[in-house]
Amino acid sequence: MSFNRHGVWAIYRFEMGRAFRTPLQSFLTPVMTTSLYFVVFGAAIGSRVTEVNGVSYGAFIVPGLVMLAVFTESLNNASFGIYFPKFTGTIYELLSAPVSALEIVLAYVGAAASKSILLGLIILATANFFVPVHILHPFWMLGFLILTTACFCLFGFIIGILSQGFEQLQFIPMLVITPLTFLGGAFYSIDMLPPAWRTLSLFNPIVYLISGFRWSFYETADVAVGVSLAAALAFLVACLAAITWIFRTGYRLKN
Amino acid sequence: MNPILSISKLTKTYASGHQALKAVSLDIHKGEIFALLGPNGAGKTTLISIVCGLVNATSGSVSAGGHDIARDYRAARALIGLVPQELHTDMFETPWSTAMFSRGVFGLPPDEAHVEKVLRELSLWDKRKSKIMTLSGGMKRRVMIAKALAHEPRILFLDEPTAGVDVELRRDMWALVRGLREGGATIILTTHYIDEAEEMADRIGVINKGELVVVEEKVKLMRKLGKKELTVQLQEPMAALPPSLAQWPLVLAPDGTEIKYTFDAHDESTGIPGLLRRMGEQGIGFRDLNTRQSSLEEIFVSLVSERGQGAP
Repeated sequence: MSFNRHGVWAIYRFEMGRAFRTPLQSFLTPVMTTSLYFVVFGAAIGSRVTEVNGVSYGAFIVPGLVMLAVFTESLNNASFGIYFPKFTGTIYELLSAPVSALEIVLAYVGAAASKSILLGLIILATANFFVPVHILHPFWMLGFLILTTACFCLFGFIIGILSQGFEQLQFIPMLVITPLTFLGGAFYSIDMLPPAWRTLSLFNPIVYLISGFRWSFYETADVAVGVSLAAALAFLVACLAAITWIFRTGYRLKN
Repeated sequence: MNPILSISKLTKTYASGHQALKAVSLDIHKGEIFALLGPNGAGKTTLISIVCGLVNATSGSVSAGGHDIARDYRAARALIGLVPQELHTDMFETPWSTAMFSRGVFGLPPDEAHVEKVLRELSLWDKRKSKIMTLSGGMKRRVMIAKALAHEPRILFLDEPTAGVDVELRRDMWALVRGLREGGATIILTTHYIDEAEEMADRIGVINKGELVVVEEKVKLMRKLGKKELTVQLQEPMAALPPSLAQWPLVLAPDGTEIKYTFDAHDESTGIPGLLRRMGEQGIGFRDLNTRQSSLEEIFVSLVSERGQGAP
């Protein structure tokens, strides 16, 4: 047995089952939140800020909203998915089973990513009710969506492994990622900022991810799309390296 | 015959500096029921956890079915099933789905017939669609066993299988374990209930403070270390033991109605016939007499405390 496909499939199905058992929490809540953003930002602000880089404000914020939901859900899903077995103790089975670290990551991160991608597409469809959404580069749009989801699910998985309590689990998503996302151009172009803030924003990795994703919709971007792609790949490699290290040392998983 | 499980010089020192295992070596034979006895904190769970992959050993090696648990972990782990001490279950799952999950995680294709058989044997079939959170403690423990059996392990570890379990379930559990052994499985159980080991085990290992104090066949262990006690109930109470009986180490009960004589069960000559003859000659009448073999519990306590006294 060189690859435990039954094991990966069992974990993947288990994790997907968790999401579909709570459809309200998993899917309706994010759709609701997105709709509220449209009402608040699209209607209230959109009536004053009519266009950004030639795109109507309502349409401009769509990629940012999708990313915002994908970041949050990816982190929550992936961190909770691996943290919960640690919390309840059921992790014993995973550790005693003939599954490799790679297979565990593949199953958990794969399931979390599937859910996030599905959610991203649902939000896109929801957005389409409020504003006409045009996607100039559907292939790149999906590419960025998958890449970003993979990054944040891996990152969430790491958070789930390192966390020693529910508060730690929430710490990075709420206090780091959410502010960085709001300041990362989800609702505006960083060109609209004063120069000093603009420069500062370039240190925010989220800017690159949102910019690249938005480029695939409208071909407008805060940074060159190649730079966005490179940033996303660098993030992915960093997460993979961290996970490899964690499993090699058994850190916080085994005594 | 090659052992199915071979543990060699296994050592574990936790980050806190606590040395849980001190160069433990142990071979488990195929098809036996091995009971690992020891007080709390003796290292039983650490030993099991290392073999099952939950804890990394500091040094030493373990092989299961000839497969090294570190180098060839897939083949080794596929042979091993673990029922941990704590009831760790996915509360929102059902016995059916969680057993199917376990089978999958261990790399086997779904086999509904096998999972059904396991659930029926554990009297869980009627509850297969109930959420685990709604089951009683005893049922949850059965679910843990069902999960461990779902992948048809050849070696089954039961860590304190009957801790906090009622008498009936305990009997059921024992019957189940015997049934599994008849099916060809090798069973290693930890317990601090001595009667459990006495009832079930073929061989017994006593572990204390991270060291295997003794590993012996149960019968031999009891014969070797067991004391027998003869109790003679006297017709007439006596005030003191007569000097004519001084050659036997006798103890007279405080009320003078009973004499106790303790001797090693494996002694060739116990001296009982001589004692009884002498008593007859002296006209000491007795109403009744019985002999009793010391239980494993007494053996165990004496082993553990002897070791404790021997330590610096």
